[in-house]
Amino acid sequence: MLKQSIQRGLLVAGASAIALGLSAGTASAQDVTLTIESWRNDDLGIWRDTIIPAFEAQHPNINIEFAPTAPTEYNAALNARLEGGTAGDLITCRPFDAALALYDLGHLAQLNDLEGLNSFSDVAKSAWQTDDGSATFCMPMASVIHGFIYNADAFNELGIEAPETEEEFFAILDVIAEDGGYIPLVMGTADQWESATMGYQNIGPNYWAGEDGRLGLIAGDHAMTDSQFVEPFATLARWSDYLAPGYEAQSYPDSQNLFTLGRGAIYPSGSWEISLFNSQADFEMGAFRPPVQNAGDTCYINDHTDIALGMNAATEHPDEARVFLEWVGSPEFAELYSNSLPGFFSLSNHAISLEDPLAQEFISWREQCEETIRSGHQILSRGTPNLWNEMWGVSANVINGTMTPEEAATQLQDGLASWYEPQQ
Amino acid sequence: MSTPHRRPFRFHIIVFLAPATIVYTLFMIWPLADTLRLSFFDADSAGVRSFVGTENYETLFGDERWSSQFWNAFVNNFIFFAIHMAVQNPIGIMLAALLSMPALRLRNTYRTMLFMPTLLSVVIVGFIWQLILSPIWGVSSSILDAIGLGSWFAPWLGLESSALVTLSLISVWQYVGIPMLLIYAALLAIPDELIDAAHVDGTSGWNIFWKIKLPLILPTIGVISILTFVGNFNAFDLIYAVKGALAGPNFSTDILGTFLYRTFFGQQLQLGDRYMGATVATMMFLIILTGVCLYLFVIQRRMQRYEL
Repeated sequence: MLKQSIQRGLLVAGASAIALGLSAGTASAQDVTLTIESWRNDDLGIWRDTIIPAFEAQHPNINIEFAPTAPTEYNAALNARLEGGTAGDLITCRPFDAALALYDLGHLAQLNDLEGLNSFSDVAKSAWQTDDGSATFCMPMASVIHGFIYNADAFNELGIEAPETEEEFFAILDVIAEDGGYIPLVMGTADQWESATMGYQNIGPNYWAGEDGRLGLIAGDHAMTDSQFVEPFATLARWSDYLAPGYEAQSYPDSQNLFTLGRGAIYPSGSWEISLFNSQADFEMGAFRPPVQNAGDTCYINDHTDIALGMNAATEHPDEARVFLEWVGSPEFAELYSNSLPGFFSLSNHAISLEDPLAQEFISWREQCEETIRSGHQILSRGTPNLWNEMWGVSANVINGTMTPEEAATQLQDGLASWYEPQQ
Repeated sequence: MSTPHRRPFRFHIIVFLAPATIVYTLFMIWPLADTLRLSFFDADSAGVRSFVGTENYETLFGDERWSSQFWNAFVNNFIFFAIHMAVQNPIGIMLAALLSMPALRLRNTYRTMLFMPTLLSVVIVGFIWQLILSPIWGVSSSILDAIGLGSWFAPWLGLESSALVTLSLISVWQYVGIPMLLIYAALLAIPDELIDAAHVDGTSGWNIFWKIKLPLILPTIGVISILTFVGNFNAFDLIYAVKGALAGPNFSTDILGTFLYRTFFGQQLQLGDRYMGATVATMMFLIILTGVCLYLFVIQRRMQRYEL
């Protein structure tokens, strides 16, 4: 029965592939169509209505097609398509090892000679370079900043203000919980990645002092079992009292809907939610950065180099793809992208002005705080078990209460030490 | 009288056999053989492939990280199968027995309704049940509330203790129509005279089912069992649709299919490893092969068949 349905599916897929092939064959000969692989399916409308028309107006002979895959399936689907030779011409790059591995396997082209790269800082480019920095293979696009988004109307109603310290953070959570009208913290553990991304990596940098902790792990000076890496788990465990009942089965879209429907007060997350929330929520929103231990402590934010664009080494239209990549490095794109996707902040040095107040709030933290990126991404997720994957699992387990913070840290450290020499 | 002609070679046999043979070889046999071959290879970081013998198997069973994941998936898969055998097939037999009662009216309507979920896409089934069981939007908590059992509600799909059982039961709900229809067809094939004779001899309806009908449909039940076994150990879609490739919480719903997917295609920052993937796939093939052989050589041979 299962087999039959798969066979039927294959048949349909085959038939539609033939149909697609036929229709593609009729396109005019000079026009080139470039397909962009991406995991940002939320951005489909913005690419289609704003970004692509702006480019096509200047380059009438190049058509761009934005073809996103769901975020959780993107890497697997992209790898399979690259192996099979059916991937698009332009590849949206995950930062660090995922993209580096694609470059090492020869799937991504080297882009050192692109002019546009000169307008990016070394830090911005580092996420898409070989370890020695000799080859750059993706044009940096944007970073995202972690933080907490809150329902400002609810805060006014309850007479509370955005917290500065962790103590204040839990104090206002208690106020919201006591009132009972709002879910204090809107997050679920069903999809696991939120627990790591919006939980552990959001509050963690304040504990492990940002780059100091992250680079210390890479160098082998720190271990995941050191107190600065265990304490954020302990704080995370306290969150469970403030989540919605049944949060264990609450998925990411559930959380987004709960918050934008006005049923929650605080949404731990990051700037990438801004454009979706602006279009869905009909209440005032504000944002606050991860609370520090004591008032006046240096604050650290996770300003994660998240997204870049590279070229499929096997593309049939490398020249046109390069034209598009140069445009991605231009001030015009930086301005267009940052403003049509508030919350994705251009990594370039071009001076751009942001219009969205929520996005302005997020980017203002760059002035006040030290920046770092997610601790699991560079180098540490090269082996098996994969540190970032394991972080998803254990963070969710800690919030679910099925694992203690110490057990979580031990599992991460054991996994890392099993293949990463500096940690052995 | 002339001597009989040698019959001309019957080309139409080849013509008729060719499509199935070609398609089956191209899409089933060749990929299977290639998967077996691939499991004996590995590649370095530059993608250069080399023969490594049984090294991949040694990793899968010798490395504690790999083996614990494999056995976890295997045990979960066995539970998944056991729940289907214990729930889906008895319910299927029961429904078939009810449907074949001569006094039943609207039989075709029931049959269609019971079979309907089997025709739905597994993604739709997963989505519907996720919504029904959702602690946020779902109806199950309010229904339980309405009958005074509100405290029994739990986010079943999110708890390590109940997620696998819940998913198994969703799958049972979807596929119960298949054993039902097969058994129903087998029951209809039992000649009426046999039942009439039993009635004349004064046998009760209960005894007719247990002593006459059940022995006659046993071969069909055997076929259903083996179909369930193969289907369950190949299963992947429902778990992936509901829980994703990480089969959470904490791998409690991980079965061999999702383990294979994660290994072969990768997950987020973890790149896929097609050689280890092929190794896992080969193990799945061997497990299914063992099960089918056990059935064919041990169970089916001992099964008594009756000429009707």
